[in-house]
Amino acid sequence: MRILVVEDDKDVAGFIVRGLKEAGHVVEHAENGRDGLFMAVSEPFDAIVLDRMLPGGIDGLKILETLRSQKNATPVLILSALADVTERVKGLKAGGDDYLTKPFAFAELLARVEALSRRGKSEGPTTKLVVEDLEMDLLSRQVKRAGQKIDLQPREFRLLEYLMRHAGQVVTRTMLLEGVWDYHFDPQTNVIDVHVSRLRQKVDKPFPVPLIQTIRNAGYTLRAERV
Amino acid sequence: MAASRFTVFRSAGVRFAATYAGLLALSAAALALFLWWATAGLLDRQTEAAIRADAQGLSERWEDGGTKALIAIIGERLAGNVDDDAIYLLADATHKLVTGNLDRWPATVQETGRFYELTVTRSGMRSLARVQAFDLPDGFQLVIGRDVVVRTQLRHLLTDALLWALVLVCGMATIGAILVRSLFRRTLANVSATAQAIAGGDFTQRVRLSGRGDEFDQLADVINDMLDRIGRLMEGVRQVSNAIAHDLRTPITRARTRLEDATLHAETPVELRAAIERATADLDGIVGVFQALLRIAEIEAGSRRAAFARIDLAAPLAAVAELYEAVAEERGVTLSTTLPDHVMSFGDAALIQQAVANLVDNAVKFSPSGGAASLSARLLGGGLEIAVTDHGPGIPTEDRQKATQRFYRGETARHTPGSGLGLALVQAVAQLHGGVLRLEDAEPGLRAVLALPLSGDAPAA
Repeated sequence: MRILVVEDDKDVAGFIVRGLKEAGHVVEHAENGRDGLFMAVSEPFDAIVLDRMLPGGIDGLKILETLRSQKNATPVLILSALADVTERVKGLKAGGDDYLTKPFAFAELLARVEALSRRGKSEGPTTKLVVEDLEMDLLSRQVKRAGQKIDLQPREFRLLEYLMRHAGQVVTRTMLLEGVWDYHFDPQTNVIDVHVSRLRQKVDKPFPVPLIQTIRNAGYTLRAERV
Repeated sequence: MAASRFTVFRSAGVRFAATYAGLLALSAAALALFLWWATAGLLDRQTEAAIRADAQGLSERWEDGGTKALIAIIGERLAGNVDDDAIYLLADATHKLVTGNLDRWPATVQETGRFYELTVTRSGMRSLARVQAFDLPDGFQLVIGRDVVVRTQLRHLLTDALLWALVLVCGMATIGAILVRSLFRRTLANVSATAQAIAGGDFTQRVRLSGRGDEFDQLADVINDMLDRIGRLMEGVRQVSNAIAHDLRTPITRARTRLEDATLHAETPVELRAAIERATADLDGIVGVFQALLRIAEIEAGSRRAAFARIDLAAPLAAVAELYEAVAEERGVTLSTTLPDHVMSFGDAALIQQAVANLVDNAVKFSPSGGAASLSARLLGGGLEIAVTDHGPGIPTEDRQKATQRFYRGETARHTPGSGLGLALVQAVAQLHGGVLRLEDAEPGLRAVLALPLSGDAPAA
């Protein structure tokens, strides 16, 4: 993936760029709003990581608004130290696809950027999701693994659907809370872990190859474990 | 800043006083002008009318009997003039005296048909007269006038009196203006002294009320209310910063110690990495606490009240129960829910949901294995009550007040993970909605009741 990082803090930018490169992406970096806007409009990117507060007179929201007014639909992850709900809403209204507040864990950023680029590709309305031998029929709301029917609660179904839609990618606990439960706050107990372990009981336990993998310090991913 | 505000007050007082003085002087001047016109002007107009009447009489006589008759009537009139103020002068074409009581033809009188005011010499006496000249056929010329010395004196007297009166009025207006200004200042000095004291750091000062209940008292009341609210907010900020300083010191120290210890003593890269990871986790915990604090502050600021709407809490509450059911089950706690089909309320659904999530989180966390916890909602006399009950250790009566303070951790909670901010957030959400958070004894355990009013008019916290 080709990713543009617009971030003025040298340490933070270096950290993001290094991390994204290690994850196998091609990364360009702009350290002020002017360069960022210029690169964003003149070159094609699969995703943009955009800091909100930038030097050079052009801030993140301005870049975003300019891009969107030019019908440029590149997925944008807004990075900001402003954590208020109103600020978040402002960022998303300006055309941001996701909003991540500083400080953040790199795993969270990586997972969200990769999820974004997936969203960028216009998929037609899917009726069936398939990962390995796991099949999900979105119309009849049935789940089968290796031809064997699995009974799921409505919320378990949505959790699995989210994991399957992001198969092969890391999804963090926060992403699951937001995507599956529509929660935008941090529950103090690790409720997500319990829900995932329940899902595992039904989807993985009876089968030889586990599909739901825990990624240390990051979250989960749905793929067959291959060593 | 206080000084500049004070100058503004002062200049407003001056403006007020100057307007008052200006209006007073203007109306006094208008009155004097009218008086002058009505008196001194009247005297002039009377003289002129008398001269015109005289001329009319004389001209009739002349028409009847010519110059001779005119001379006769002039003599007659002069003789019969008791006040000795009439002036007649008949002269021929060369301005030679024919008859009359003036010594000679006044040099300034050139034209007929207009009035002259001039000094005349009459029987050797200099005097002031108002005269008009008339042309007669045969080159004769006639001057008719009135001696106006007395009237002029009267007019001077009147003018002087009016001018003095004006000066007096101006003086009084100035004194009045100074009085108005000092009244103005005295009333505002109270407010500005309070403001200055507060700007100087003494937040206990309040504006004194005069007790008259007038507009200034109302203003003082509003200002005092505002100061009370600011005081409460400042107290809150002070508490939070104290709490932050005190309670975040521990995890920050821990993270720091871990990193320093690793720098000094880690023997292998694996050990080093492990220490860094633990320190990062500590830092994440600190960030979490900060975010919770900011969120509480955001709620307490009240800005979210703008987004209040009529909401049905049934689905959000059921979602909370559903989210925690799994955790409860894993811990061997039965979480039961009693929710009506619709839970109508007015407010911010996401905030109420978060508050209830915190209560349920606590209930599940503090319930003993095999215990039961419950979430229920019911309408009660115009209000909504959301109750979360557990049968854990509960909170001792004497600690319940403190339980909603930031960073409070009960004795029994010492060994349970948590930031001590959960109930503080619930409290903030309750207050934002004009409701209360009640902590009751569930015998044993804790019953936390979030009571919210149904109406939209949440009072300003």
